[in-house]
Formats: sequence, C-alpha cells, structure tokens
Amino acid sequence: MTGFVSTLVEAWDELRVHRLRVLLALIGVAVAVTAITGITAAVQMMSQAFREQSERYNGRDVTLTADVYPAWSGEMGTTPPTPDPAQIDAAYTRITEQYAIEYWSRTSWTQAPFRFPTGAQMVQIQVVDPDYGVITRFQPTDGRWFSESDVDRLAPTVVVNEAFWAALGEPPLASHPTVVLGGATPVRAEVIGVYPSTWSQEPPAAYALSGHAARWATPAEGNGAPGLRMWVPPEMSEELQPLITRDLTALMPGYEVSVYPNEFDDSLDNAATWVILGVGGFALLLGGLGLVNIALVTVRHRIREIGIRRSFGATSGRVFFGVLMESVVATFVAGLVGVVIAVAVVKNIPVDQVFGGGIEDMPPFPLSAAAIGMACATGVGALAGLIPATVAVRVKVIDAIRY
Amino acid sequence: MSLLELTDVTRSVVLPDERVLEILRGITLTVDAGEHVSIVGRSGTGKSTLLNILGLLDSPTSGEYLLEGVSVARLSQRKRAWRRGEDFGFVFQQFNLMPGRTALENVAAPLMYARGRQFWKRRALAAEMLDRVGLGDRLEDMPEKLSGGEQQRVAIARALVRGPRVILADEPTGALDVDTGGEVMALLDEIAAQTGAALIAITHDLAVAARAQRHYRLAGGVLVPIVLNAPGRVTEWVGDVPTDVPADVPADLPADSPATVDEHGAVTA
Repeated sequence: MTGFVSTLVEAWDELRVHRLRVLLALIGVAVAVTAITGITAAVQMMSQAFREQSERYNGRDVTLTADVYPAWSGEMGTTPPTPDPAQIDAAYTRITEQYAIEYWSRTSWTQAPFRFPTGAQMVQIQVVDPDYGVITRFQPTDGRWFSESDVDRLAPTVVVNEAFWAALGEPPLASHPTVVLGGATPVRAEVIGVYPSTWSQEPPAAYALSGHAARWATPAEGNGAPGLRMWVPPEMSEELQPLITRDLTALMPGYEVSVYPNEFDDSLDNAATWVILGVGGFALLLGGLGLVNIALVTVRHRIREIGIRRSFGATSGRVFFGVLMESVVATFVAGLVGVVIAVAVVKNIPVDQVFGGGIEDMPPFPLSAAAIGMACATGVGALAGLIPATVAVRVKVIDAIRY
Repeated sequence: MSLLELTDVTRSVVLPDERVLEILRGITLTVDAGEHVSIVGRSGTGKSTLLNILGLLDSPTSGEYLLEGVSVARLSQRKRAWRRGEDFGFVFQQFNLMPGRTALENVAAPLMYARGRQFWKRRALAAEMLDRVGLGDRLEDMPEKLSGGEQQRVAIARALVRGPRVILADEPTGALDVDTGGEVMALLDEIAAQTGAALIAITHDLAVAARAQRHYRLAGGVLVPIVLNAPGRVTEWVGDVPTDVPADVPADLPADSPATVDEHGAVTA
C-alpha cells in the first residue's frame, strides 16, 4: 500500500517540479480528450435536438400507430362502411390495458365551425387525448396543453394555433377566453393554449379532446376511424407490433388493422461518432508522440537524479514504475483537464441558436465519451512512458551519480 | 559480529580492448557499529568503487562481503536496494541535491522509499533533521540559494534522515573551503556519534581523514591500514599543506602492516 501510494506521490512530485515541460507535453493530449469528449457531447445534443423535432411530428421513440379500417370490397355503387366509434374505443382501451401502455392517444381529424369576431369559419381540428402532448413533446407558446381534468369538463377546451388566436384578437389566456363552437348545438369552448403555426399563412387550426369532439363536433365523413398512438419502450416495439395487430384484429372483426412504428435514422449518429473517434484518436497519437519525445529528453537530463534515487534504495522496478507513472499520472491529469474543458464548453453552448430550437430532454453529459477519452489518454501515457522508463532502468547507478 | 566485513574482495572490469583492469585487490576491512573509518588515496585508485561496493551500489568480482553476518551475494537486487535504503546514507562530494526541490523536499526524498510512519511523516522528519543540521530556517529554500556548506548540510541531513547504520561519505568536503569543510565534518561526526551510525569517509584531505578512529590508504587497489600522526595538529598546518595523499606505499609493504604518514606526507612502514 505504502509502496503504491509513494510511487504516485513521487510521480506527482516529479510532475510538479517539471510542470512547464509537462504542460507543454500535455497540451496535445488535453486538446485531444477535449475534442473526443466535447464533440461527442455536441453531436449527442444535436442528435437529441433533431430527434425531439422529429418526435414533435411523429411521436417519441418508439411510438406505435394503429390504424383500423372497416373492410370494404371497393365495388362500384357501394360505400365504405361507417366505423363504430364505441367498438373502436372499447378495443383500444382493451389493448392499452392488456399491454399496460402508459401513454396512448386516439387521433383523428375533423372540422367544426368556430365563430370568430370576423365571422364563422370552418377549422381543422385534430382530435386527441391528453397523452398526445407527452407523446409528441407538445410545447405551447402560451397557456398549456390538456390535462386529465379537462376530460371531465362539460364545456370543451381547445388548444389553438397562432392563426386561430390572432383571429380571436390574441386575448390573454389568463382571462380564460372563449370561442363559440357553432355546430348543431353551439357551445362555448375555452382556449387554454396556443401553439406556433407551422407556416406563415396557415389557417386557424386547433386540438380538441376526443370526448369533447364526440359531443360537440360532427366527424367529417370519409375521415375513417380514429387511429391509436402508443408510446412503448423501444426494446419492446418489435415484439408488441404483431401482438397488437393480432389482438386488434381479433377484437374488431370486419376491420383491417395496421400497426407500425415511427422510425429514426441513426446512421448519421454512428458515422459522426466514428469520425470523432478517428480524429480524436489521431490527435491523441500525435500528443503521445510529443510526450515520448519530451519524456526521453527529460530522462536524459535526470540521469543523475535517478542514480541518487537508487542510492536512496529505489529498486529498478520502482524507478521503471515511477517514470512510467509520471507519464500515466500526467496524461490522466491532462485527460481530466480535457474533460473539464469539454464540460465547460458543452454547458455553454447556446442551444437555441446552434440547434435551431430548445432541447426538452437535454442528453446527459456523455460520461462514456469522457471515460473513453480518459482511458485513451492514460493508455497513451503508459505507452509513452514505457520507452523513457526502460531508458531510466538501464542507467548504471554509479555512472548516474557521477553524471 | 561486525557490521560490515569485507574479506579478500576484488573488483575488476573488462576494458573494450578485452584487457582486464583490476580496480580493487584483496580488500579486507571490518567496520563495527559507531566506528569512524577514513580511507585516503589518489584519484583513480578505486576509492569510489570500494565505497560503491560497501553501499551495495556495486558488487565484488570475488571475495566475500558480509553485512551483519549475511553475505550480500545472496541478497536479491530488490533486497539489496531495500537494505541500501534502510542501512546506508550517502554523502557525495558534489552534494547531489535534486534541483527544483526545496531543502525540505530533498531531505524528505529518501523517505519516499520508506514504509509506514517514515513515509507518512516524511515532511516532519525531514524538517526535524534539517533543524538538527542548523537549517531549520531554510526549509523552503532551493539548493541554488544555499551556500556550498549549507548544501552539504542538506545532503548530510538527507543521508541521515532514515536513521542509517552506515554513513558513506565520498569526498564530503571536496567542494568546500577548509573552514567550511571542517565545520561540515564536525557536524557529520557529531550526528553520526549521536545516532550510533558507522561513518566511512573517503577523502583526499588528511585533516578530514585524521578525524577518524581508524585510517586506511588505498593505492593500486590495495587497502593498507595507516596511522595519521597527531590528528589534532593537522588542522594547524600552514604553508605547504599536502592536498593529496603522500607518495605511494612501498611495493614491498605488506597489506596488513601499519604505515605512518607524517604531516608532510611521508609514509613510513
């Protein structure tokens, strides 16, 4: 124990005494580790930003979508059968309970007339359940998304786009603005949230809850049955797909069932990771060569000191290990500095400006990349220390003392 | 049982032209704990080689070296290194302090190879030893800020900090003026006596050699016991003070016959 600690202390002392040369030798190593760790973290953040943007349209990883269609022969003169909402709701509820799916939402489209100050206008409505906001990482610019308590409200609530809100005169949401939903039975709907319009000329649009839409809006003909979106663990999605297809088919005779996942392309991530590791590895190699060079020169300058240490009782093994550990400890510290710099840089990246949008779930700092960087740096240090350590051991004690 | 015992020890090396150079021939020497022994001799007569063998830095070509009755030839390299650190303290002519380290760090350096309390308390022990050699107020000074005498004091403190049983001093005053050399030797004598360590000093300086209880002369690789006249007087020499050992031992002088060296360097059998 004492031997190991004293070797480390000795190595640290050497580094302290020769800090200038160590600093020069290790800049390359620290920069390489910073590059490996920092760029890996930045790529992960970029990937997460892209993923979240994608998930706002397609749902989280992995979201299974189940679509059901009443079977229809397509013969001329016949019309598609009308879906039975009660049967579909019962089947969906059964499936989500059976597979303990925590987040799920029915989704369908309809239209309803809203009475704006400028007159009534048909508005495209996406009919969903509250979990839809979780599944699609819904981010309102003002107000809020639906909660479970909204489901039980008698008056409908809507989350509208900016065009809809502008048509209402942009009333503050804290004042609980309402709009008349003018169907067969007009009702006042409360606007609880606003989300950004997708493009500049987008017409008014809104989200409404499934239960409310069934009561107050008439489903548009030909829109078919509502689909079901389910956020499931990625590792289970492949297994669940055929099971849900099978069970829905069994629960809904006369319907055709299709269950499919949203998919993400990770090839860019993988390629970027290899490029980073390649560049970082090359930088580490160069840093290591610099380290070997300086360490060799230093050992030649330290021959007398090595001889003196031998007179203190240092064994050849201790001298070898000591010189090796100097290199290892130095590169370990350089690696640590590299990681700290990488953390500082990554934490100060202006995410909104760089990635074009906020990141809801900031990926944790890539500890694996930091660990890989540290391990590589320490490994390079060990390799770089082998040559000077061997030279140090071959020094003849008597000659060294007189050197 | 003696602390150190050399019996008929030789040391030779093979030169590049394959000739064999005999550095030491038939060295027989016994040193007991607490003794002060001096060895004088010209440059190139093998003094340092003898000291290196005594300090386990080198091995004899033949003969036997017993350390507390144990043949050092039987010790592994690791064990020899361990005993070197434990039992021997070296004082060099050029001080050999490690640059870039304070006096305290230099003195603490040997304790890096110790275990237990000596390792963990190394700074306190080093400070205590520096205080004993009169440098308690110079702990954080770098070697280049110290005078030659002070540097040698640091070297002495470093040699003694692990409490060695033998102090091997190779020309300890060689780089110092006469007065400073005398002070340093007085200090070395005093601390060696206090700690009970044997002191083996190799020197050109007869005044330094005369401080020892027993004296030897090394010439042509042969170690001869000598008697230095009136040790107390040599420091009073003025004028033509011999700076080197006197003329060679007569070729016919048996190795075990005491010789006498007078203050003018003349040797008589």
